[in-house]
Amino acid sequence: MEFWKEDFYSLKFAEKKRDDTIIINIGPQHPATHGVLRVLAELYGEYIVRSECVLGYLHRMQEKMGEIKTYPQFYPNTGRLDYGHALAWNWAYVGAIEKLVGIEVPEKAEYIRVITTELNRIASHLLWWGVYILDLGAFTPVMYAFEDREILLDILQRITGSRLTYAYFRFGGVFQDIDSKFIEDTKKFCKRMHSRLNLYHEFVTENIIFKKRVEDVGIFTKDTITKYGATGPVARGSGIKYDVRKAEPYGVYDRFKFKIPVEDKCDCLARYMVRMKELEQSLSIVEQAIEGLPEGDFKNKKTPKMIKPPAGEVYFSVESARGKVGIYIVSDGGMNPYRVKLRSPTYSNLSLLDEVSKGMMLADYVATLGSLDLVIPEIDK
Amino acid sequence: MSGVEWTFIKIVIGMLLILGFIAFNAILLGYGERKISGFIQGRLGPYAVGPHGSLQMMVDMVKLMTKQIITPKKADGFLFWTAPILSFMSVPVLFMVIPFSPSFTVINSGLGIVIILAFSGLNVLALCIGGLGSNNKWSLLGAARAVSQFIAFEVPILLVVLSITLMTGTLSLSEIISKQGGFPWQWNIVLQPIAFVIMFVASLAEMNRVPFDLPEGESELTAGYSTEYGGMGFGLFVLAEYTHIVVASSVITTLFLGGWKGPVFSGIWWFLLKMYILCFIILWIRWAFPRVRFDQLLNLSWKYLIPAGIFNLLATALLVKLF
Repeated sequence: MEFWKEDFYSLKFAEKKRDDTIIINIGPQHPATHGVLRVLAELYGEYIVRSECVLGYLHRMQEKMGEIKTYPQFYPNTGRLDYGHALAWNWAYVGAIEKLVGIEVPEKAEYIRVITTELNRIASHLLWWGVYILDLGAFTPVMYAFEDREILLDILQRITGSRLTYAYFRFGGVFQDIDSKFIEDTKKFCKRMHSRLNLYHEFVTENIIFKKRVEDVGIFTKDTITKYGATGPVARGSGIKYDVRKAEPYGVYDRFKFKIPVEDKCDCLARYMVRMKELEQSLSIVEQAIEGLPEGDFKNKKTPKMIKPPAGEVYFSVESARGKVGIYIVSDGGMNPYRVKLRSPTYSNLSLLDEVSKGMMLADYVATLGSLDLVIPEIDK
Repeated sequence: MSGVEWTFIKIVIGMLLILGFIAFNAILLGYGERKISGFIQGRLGPYAVGPHGSLQMMVDMVKLMTKQIITPKKADGFLFWTAPILSFMSVPVLFMVIPFSPSFTVINSGLGIVIILAFSGLNVLALCIGGLGSNNKWSLLGAARAVSQFIAFEVPILLVVLSITLMTGTLSLSEIISKQGGFPWQWNIVLQPIAFVIMFVASLAEMNRVPFDLPEGESELTAGYSTEYGGMGFGLFVLAEYTHIVVASSVITTLFLGGWKGPVFSGIWWFLLKMYILCFIILWIRWAFPRVRFDQLLNLSWKYLIPAGIFNLLATALLVKLF
């Protein structure tokens, strides 16, 4: 018995195997898959004939958990969905409940939400940047990225209480107010980050080997993107100008001036550049929000102690670092939601990989997989 | 004592010294690599064991040696364990012919450079049978990469060595050094700049260093040919890799940088200085560059280095004929 013939997926996949190829398992334990993604790939020499992603190694039944727990009880789980950009999921869930129950959010709380979410987005992109270059074989950039990310996590830890899996927002506000030290540190970080970005570009973006590795690699055409419903930097790297922050503004995002970076090349370099430009835009949003931070409450005092929304349904979506995060909740008027549907962006983004990977080299496949910015807990849920 | 016995004793003593030198260099480069990478990445590197972590490599050696030796169930035990031994076995021979200084030359062979080229080829055989014997698909892919990479980059090295031998008219490493002078402008690098660049790039590829470390290519092939190895099997591969860095640096020093000759006080220290500077550059490159793709690697050799090498060889032949 060969190892790849032992389970359902492998059996199905091996049915169409050609005689001159080998089938390999990329993952669930493999340095390039950043977690427990498993890819079955049929290799002809160095070329991939076809590939198939196998999911479910980290399935935790988050949607079912949403149904059997009360609204506040399920809330911390949203921070565990995407460890890279947990605050976006926080916001999506909190926003959905607020919309359903009709809770007002004070202006200051909205500003705090914008600042922390954007800082978290920067942290997520920094993590991606370092690890993506690591996928391409360079060891040093990830250390540079973590050096900056560390400062950011320290800043966020002071007010949110955690470093990775946040549960900072509350229905009708945030958990606690930000103080002057937070504002000072954030300003200092933004100043530092601008010069660090120049260093990143000098060190990596202009490197000839890096350029050769990502240019014209992993082409996602507009058709593929729309067919699979990919969002976020993956879609924007293929010339689709869609960002939830602009398309369906939530919170106070309509008050800030920022651009949506779009590239038309459709390759890995385009997605790379989109994320690098988004870092700058996020920094600018943070600076604007700190500049215009209003006085007032950080939490709506009239929020009901017991969340018991009326029967009905609600959909709320936010833009995470990976794309459109959507939460759909159906309430039957009880203590628990009747149904919670979590729309994770990376699930859609990953789906297009099987089609695109045909005829790719193994090294290109790793580069393309990295450029999707996958977070496996979010895919498997 | 007769001449034959004396040569034999000299070789045995030289062998022992060389083994000591190899072990010393593996420790030095291993420690150097960690400290240099730490410096480049803005961290300290090893710090806990000994002053500034200087005994870290000793601890690692003990760890590697005391680890259980595991042979995978379906692997070919004979091939699996021949590979690391073969990989390391060829290495001491390489040092035998390198003229560290007029008195520190174990075998002053008239065919020094040929011996080095011949025995450095054994390393790829080791990677090949190691990858094949592991019975692992990642290892197999790594081995396949190693073979084609080695073949591609052996050709430019041969072309470069040919142009040097045409210029100097000898295959003996000592004589190649003695034809160069002490000052930098008297070295072969001035006469053969293209050859130096080709030699350096091709050597990087030959010893599987970043940006050409495709046979082990961590993020693609998990660990390539060494996926199934642990303990001292892995240790021997690493030892061989570090020693190949030293050998390549020594050969480049000999061919292009005037060997043990320096502006003042010519001797072994000049050789070691030049060699370690080259080693440092090789380590430095590793921590600053991403990895190239496989087809790009082969294109680099067949499309750029080999034509440049042929051009260089023809130009050298013409100039040698004219002057």
